[in-house]
Amino acid sequence: MQAVKMVITGPFSAGKTEFIGAVSEIDVVSTERKISSAAEQIKETTTVAMDFGRITVGDDLVLYLFGTPGQRRFDFMWDILSQGMLGFVVMVDSTKPETFREAKRILETFESYASTPYVVAANKQDMEDAWEPEDLRIILRLRQEVKILPCVATDKESVKNVLLELLYSILEQLDQNSQ
Amino acid sequence: MALKGNLRDFSTTQLLNLINLARKTGTLTIQHSGESAHMSFREGKLIYAYMGDNDNNHLAIILQHSGKLSAEQAQIIQAHAEGKSDKQLGHLLITAGRVTQNDIIQSVRQNVLDIVYRLFTWVEGIFRFEANKLPSPGHITIPIDLESVIMEGSRRLKEWEVLQEELPDLDVSLQFTDRPDARLRNINLTVEEWRVVSFVNPRNTIRQIAKANNLSEFEIRRIVYGMLQAGLVEFVDRPKPAPVAEAADQGRRPKRQAVEQPPDVKRSVVERLIDRIKSI
Repeated sequence: MQAVKMVITGPFSAGKTEFIGAVSEIDVVSTERKISSAAEQIKETTTVAMDFGRITVGDDLVLYLFGTPGQRRFDFMWDILSQGMLGFVVMVDSTKPETFREAKRILETFESYASTPYVVAANKQDMEDAWEPEDLRIILRLRQEVKILPCVATDKESVKNVLLELLYSILEQLDQNSQ
Repeated sequence: MALKGNLRDFSTTQLLNLINLARKTGTLTIQHSGESAHMSFREGKLIYAYMGDNDNNHLAIILQHSGKLSAEQAQIIQAHAEGKSDKQLGHLLITAGRVTQNDIIQSVRQNVLDIVYRLFTWVEGIFRFEANKLPSPGHITIPIDLESVIMEGSRRLKEWEVLQEELPDLDVSLQFTDRPDARLRNINLTVEEWRVVSFVNPRNTIRQIAKANNLSEFEIRRIVYGMLQAGLVEFVDRPKPAPVAEAADQGRRPKRQAVEQPPDVKRSVVERLIDRIKSI
């Protein structure tokens, strides 16, 4: 059995757990705990170690989705989770500009871990206050070749589109490497 | 879609850069400590700006500030400008030979730039960009490339940072050094500097002097810093040193020594993943 993995990362409350939950065939194995920090009490629980989702492709192939913890004090997990990843998705809450700087830092950190393709998912595009993906591209200083995709993490089709775009980027990289 | 947030998270430089690169059209409003600034853009170019909530009948005041009209002239013109737009007023002033078209263009342009440069020093404030909202046709708009504005603003920002470091506390008072009169006789002061001088008194804090003279924090810092350097004034109470910024924790995250290569995966595996995800 071959297992491949993708990492879903992003700042606290960006929607990583929902993203994985939208496409995982198993209930997301989530290690969520009550939030203790008053500053982070936007939601009741948060991911403290990782989220884990699975998509079985066949008897011999399975895709694992790992969600990184959003809180900074667990960032030591990032290095571990990123090892051997096929690619990664950086989730950004488009309605929370105060998290964009953190998203940029996370993106740069994961870029430094591995030269795997990645895409940026501009989450919560169904909200009125959402920043447009192309504005986020400028703010996050994304290169033109990096895809930034509109996303609603609770919508399966939207999540599928993000994962497919990441896989197309992986294919392109494979093609370039083989030339 | 909304483009809103706080300057805590995005500097004015970043916002202007975004508007420039995305060639946006609309009006950016920033609210900071009871003040509000409005800047309008057309296809990424700055065309108009004003402070406060009333953007009507500014031309006479702008021309006064630029020295093209005296205070008395501006007051009379302002009183007669009721119901006239800035464009109409400008046309009347040119026809009457009071000012030239170039005077108006340069004065309005400088006024817009002064407002925008002031914003570079704002480190906090709610901003909101309203797409396609533009000033009414009666306003005088002048297209200004944002690249040069960003460059100059960044330069001023550096100056601001230095000034803030040298003069971190505005709630301190100033007093003249020994025999300032002799020194004042040998130095050329601007009108603003003379105004500040007239308020130097151990009972007035720098912040109060700024407020009395309608000067921004940047302007009062620059003036006071100059006077301190020239030895004209000194602090009554030495300001506390600026708190040393906590070391950024950017280096906290573990980074591997070398960038890891992607896992060795065959193209057929990725194609199977694509087919599977499509079928979900």
